[in-house]
Amino acid sequence: MTITNSSSVMGDPDTSGRFGQFGGRYVPETLMPACLELEQAFKNAWADPSFVKEFHELLNGYGGRPSPVTECHRLSEQLGVRILLKREDLNHTGSHKINNVMGQTLLAKRMGKTRIVAETGAGQHGVATATAAAFFGQECVVYMGEVDIERQKLNVFRMELLGAEVRPALSGSRTLKDAVNEAMRDWVSTVESTFYCLGSVMGPHPYPWMVREFHRVIGNEANAQCKELLGGDVPDVVVACVGGGSNAAGIFSGFADTDAELVGVEPAGGAAVGSGIPGVVHGSKSYLMQDEAGQVQEAHSVSAGLDYPGVGPEHAHLADIGRARYEAVNDTQVLEAFEMLARTEGIIPALEPAHGLAWIIAAAKELAGKTVLLNMSGRGDKDVAQVQAIKAGDPVALKTMRP
Amino acid sequence: MTTTDTTQTYGTLETHLRSRRDAGQKLLLPYITGGFPAEEWTQLIDGSAHAGADALEIGLPFSDPVMDGPTIQESSTLALSQGATPQSILDQVAMAKPGIPLIAMTYYNICFRMGHRRFANALKTAGVSAAILPDLSLEEMAPWRESAASEKVETVMLAAPTSGDARLQKIVEAASGFVYGVGLVGITGERQELAESALTIAKRLKAITDKPVLIGVGVSNPQQAREVCEVADGVIVGSAVIRRLLDGGSVEKAIDFIGELRNGLDKG
Ligand SMILES: Cc1ncc(COP(=O)(O)O)c(C=O)c1O
Repeated sequence: MTITNSSSVMGDPDTSGRFGQFGGRYVPETLMPACLELEQAFKNAWADPSFVKEFHELLNGYGGRPSPVTECHRLSEQLGVRILLKREDLNHTGSHKINNVMGQTLLAKRMGKTRIVAETGAGQHGVATATAAAFFGQECVVYMGEVDIERQKLNVFRMELLGAEVRPALSGSRTLKDAVNEAMRDWVSTVESTFYCLGSVMGPHPYPWMVREFHRVIGNEANAQCKELLGGDVPDVVVACVGGGSNAAGIFSGFADTDAELVGVEPAGGAAVGSGIPGVVHGSKSYLMQDEAGQVQEAHSVSAGLDYPGVGPEHAHLADIGRARYEAVNDTQVLEAFEMLARTEGIIPALEPAHGLAWIIAAAKELAGKTVLLNMSGRGDKDVAQVQAIKAGDPVALKTMRP
Repeated sequence: MTTTDTTQTYGTLETHLRSRRDAGQKLLLPYITGGFPAEEWTQLIDGSAHAGADALEIGLPFSDPVMDGPTIQESSTLALSQGATPQSILDQVAMAKPGIPLIAMTYYNICFRMGHRRFANALKTAGVSAAILPDLSLEEMAPWRESAASEKVETVMLAAPTSGDARLQKIVEAASGFVYGVGLVGITGERQELAESALTIAKRLKAITDKPVLIGVGVSNPQQAREVCEVADGVIVGSAVIRRLLDGGSVEKAIDFIGELRNGLDKG
């Protein structure tokens, strides 16, 4: 089921690509025709049952969907909160990112584009893109901040194994924000042959909408699975971590029109909704961490995938209308949650969804007796070496921490 | 089809560029990054005018300049790290009296953050005639245009090789000051050769507007400037100027280079 409508709280954006006052299309003229073409191509594809069918067949047969919902018995008992996990960590390549990437690369194929560029933070979107490009036989270039290359070496090697070229972003904070800049510069220079496979619900219209639609499957599945498990009910609270906000948008979309409370969890050092003000960067208007002059500030988080000073425009809108609330947790809380889930449930989470769990732990009093669904957006294999180094007191690894 | 504006009165920049062009001059518009090099950059304002620039584009550096290549990125980063802000640059600009129109080039968030009306007013107060906001698309520019118009600030529009004919038409209609033809599909930076697309976009624009048509991005030396001006009314040269300042060069070297560009265009 992929059809949306404007009567939904998370329905289609308006014709200018806006969710309320946020979104839009702020890109150099060189890219405008490509954005318009992409919007048309996505609309056509998404309304074409054969495209939708092929997309879901790929997600199931190649990506490993549907992902289960797991009940956390020991953790629930310990916290006094009934906790369910939507297991996006079990997808091929280890995170939710594959949903969006299969959608975009399939669309690229349909549009006749043979070269894919992407940005990546933690490397999960880069790995997923490299994977899909290998699957379709497309050329793939991934931009990654130099700092992230250092802290996610394993993912760099995985991308290279998959045949992608990883190019370091050497400017600015040398993290995700700068990788987006480099990918956009590449796209500005190669727009006629290249498809920009953006990794989250950000960027110019139609990306925030398109990426959310490709992740809608998370929420649709979870809605049905929860009803099955809860005797027809939905959870009281749905929680997801928010970097750009794609895994959150995916799971929220399945519950936006229900009574479930929606909570997005940001890192304290990159809380765009929590501490940002409206601004425009990377193609859309949203909440943005910036100084008085409008210079974008650098985010700081132990998790490379959430190290981003902006947030997808639809989240800014959901916050504005009060449909979702956004909370922040610090790196120390995140590491505690990371270890707690490993010990109590035998699941090593990625550092990103560990943010969601950290908030649940912190809010356990408020949540007592409630049922909470957490989007387990990825597995922790990629983070194990970093956490090991932090625990061993390695000074370089400690620098990635903001206690 | 040529659009002739009969009823319109032109702003300061467009009036100035039209009169020089109509007198047979090819237009030279250097770009400099405001606040770079820190102590001496304001000398480039008067210096450019003396060296023969017809107008000057001054960058208000932004943290995430997606249209810019490594050269302009580096100058922006240096200016920002030495404390340059949009207002501090405009305050310095206000003290210059170069006798040629000045144009502020920056990314939209700088304008949006200050507020459209305040930004337009800050430009006017500093004696800046026009703005170039490369990431503010035709579709998104209405609120800015209104504020700019009420402060009599002109808005230069970018036209790209990828823009279709219908978009080009809308772009030239929306532009004031001049039309900025992007010379290639890409970001700012020097190129060995002038791209074929520079001539193509110049021809396409000249065929539909009598507003001044200047070509920038990838115009790197006097030879290329002359070549593109066989079709266009003028050129914008940025990275080639900035590189001369970055390479441990002096303000004088950059000004000499602007003089060479002037000579190159006048010989053509
Ligand atoms: C496992 C995982 N979760 C979440 C994110 C953050 O992205 P988003 O906020 O778009 O879901 C990432 C990004 O790399 C990730 O790898």
